[in-house]
Amino acid sequence: MIQLKSICKSFEGRMVLDDINFSFDGGKTNLIIGQSGSGKTVLMKCIVGLLTPEKGEVLYDGRNLVDMGKKEKRALRREMGMIFQSAALFDSLSVLENVMFPLDMFSNDTYRERVKRAQFCLDRVNLIDAQHKYPGEISGGMQKRVAIARAIALQPKYLFCDEPNSGLDPKTSLVIDDLIHGITTEYNMTTIINTHDMNSVMGIGDSILYIYQGHKEWEGTKDDVFDATNERLNNFIFASDLLRKVKQEEIRNK
Amino acid sequence: MVKPVTKFGDYLVLMGRVFSRPERFRMYFKQYVNEMVQLGINSIGIVLLISFFIGAVICIQIKLNIESPWMPRFVVGYTTREILLLEFSSSIMCLILAGKVGSNIASEIGTMRVTQQIDALEIMGINSASYLILPKILGLMTMIPFLVIFSIFSGIVGAFCTAWFAGIMNATDLEYGLQYCFVEWYIWCGFIKSLFFAFIIASVSAYFGYTVEGGSIAVGKASTDSVVSSSVLILFSDLILTQLLMG
Repeated sequence: MIQLKSICKSFEGRMVLDDINFSFDGGKTNLIIGQSGSGKTVLMKCIVGLLTPEKGEVLYDGRNLVDMGKKEKRALRREMGMIFQSAALFDSLSVLENVMFPLDMFSNDTYRERVKRAQFCLDRVNLIDAQHKYPGEISGGMQKRVAIARAIALQPKYLFCDEPNSGLDPKTSLVIDDLIHGITTEYNMTTIINTHDMNSVMGIGDSILYIYQGHKEWEGTKDDVFDATNERLNNFIFASDLLRKVKQEEIRNK
Repeated sequence: MVKPVTKFGDYLVLMGRVFSRPERFRMYFKQYVNEMVQLGINSIGIVLLISFFIGAVICIQIKLNIESPWMPRFVVGYTTREILLLEFSSSIMCLILAGKVGSNIASEIGTMRVTQQIDALEIMGINSASYLILPKILGLMTMIPFLVIFSIFSGIVGAFCTAWFAGIMNATDLEYGLQYCFVEWYIWCGFIKSLFFAFIIASVSAYFGYTVEGGSIAVGKASTDSVVSSSVLILFSDLILTQLLMG
């Protein structure tokens, strides 16, 4: 479980995050949603420790990341996996080597065991056939799947995904969502996804935090979204005609 | 005035991170070998080519400009050797390498920064500064004495070619001049200077790449800044090192 307590962050006097309190549960896919520029990415960076909040605590099963020294922080990071918006694969390494990288760095297994583990992770994301290709030779969706395989190679306790569906077609987005959700329940991880993909919200949003202009505006689950009375949330989620019609249909059925 | 001081402070902080204990020596060693190939072996061609022509041109220029009945004929070989050993093969070669290797380092690390590959390393709990920069510094410092040797050798071959094929002067006089009053310390001076310059090229370029903020334009700017800054620092430290080693 990851808990946020009174997180505040500003840049050059401009408050970007204002008193955010929230709990991300283990074994669930927790979504952070909000408009572009609302502070989602800054919040994610504060959670993983790439930025330090000015005020507040980030508690990983009770351990406060903000107060940790460099060594403790590095040790904690070995319990984390992250999927970046751009996949962030290492260009000079093949797909298999990318997945093996965290194992090479931190595992004491033999070379054969590390290869086996990496191949298992690639198999999990259905990419075993692409193991000898380089990131530049595979599609964006495949790169995201390799990033997922790399993120789970060390069996992390916490998984972070920064807009995992950006730049992907709806069908591939569903594949990525299903993979992340499946892996989360399979390994009982605490997963946090930063997204503004409404399909993800409706599909895998076990727990949702909606951020509006740097503060927590609403929290709930995917089932609560249709009944939510928060105007800003409704304006954000049901901005498209299609989703508005879906909501009307849902209300009519009830 | 504040900006350069701040940058120098940032550079020192980064170097503090670079020279910390590696997480896994095996992975660092693999990177170190890769960097020796990429920064050193892959530069041999350009070093040989440039040194060959500069050696030949120096020989022709000395011959044409200081030829006099009052000068012994071996002075052309002697002067060519001194120029190659003392300045060209260490300092000027490193200035050329600052362009080739420096821009390569800055753009490689800068691209890794903008495509979040450095963030990915950090999230994995890896000291990205050390993992990316330390092997480059050590790799270039290991290879630079060899590049200096290749440069001297190629420059001398170039000088001989002017005698053999262009008939500018007698090869025996050139050979005598090349061996005349040889001081071994000058070779060591070249090595010592080149080690300092290698450190400057790798660390300064890596600093500019590592601190890139923005996109492709910022990477291009970092690449240019790294070449300019390393070149200026090489020239400045050449002045100090020459005075310390030869003065």
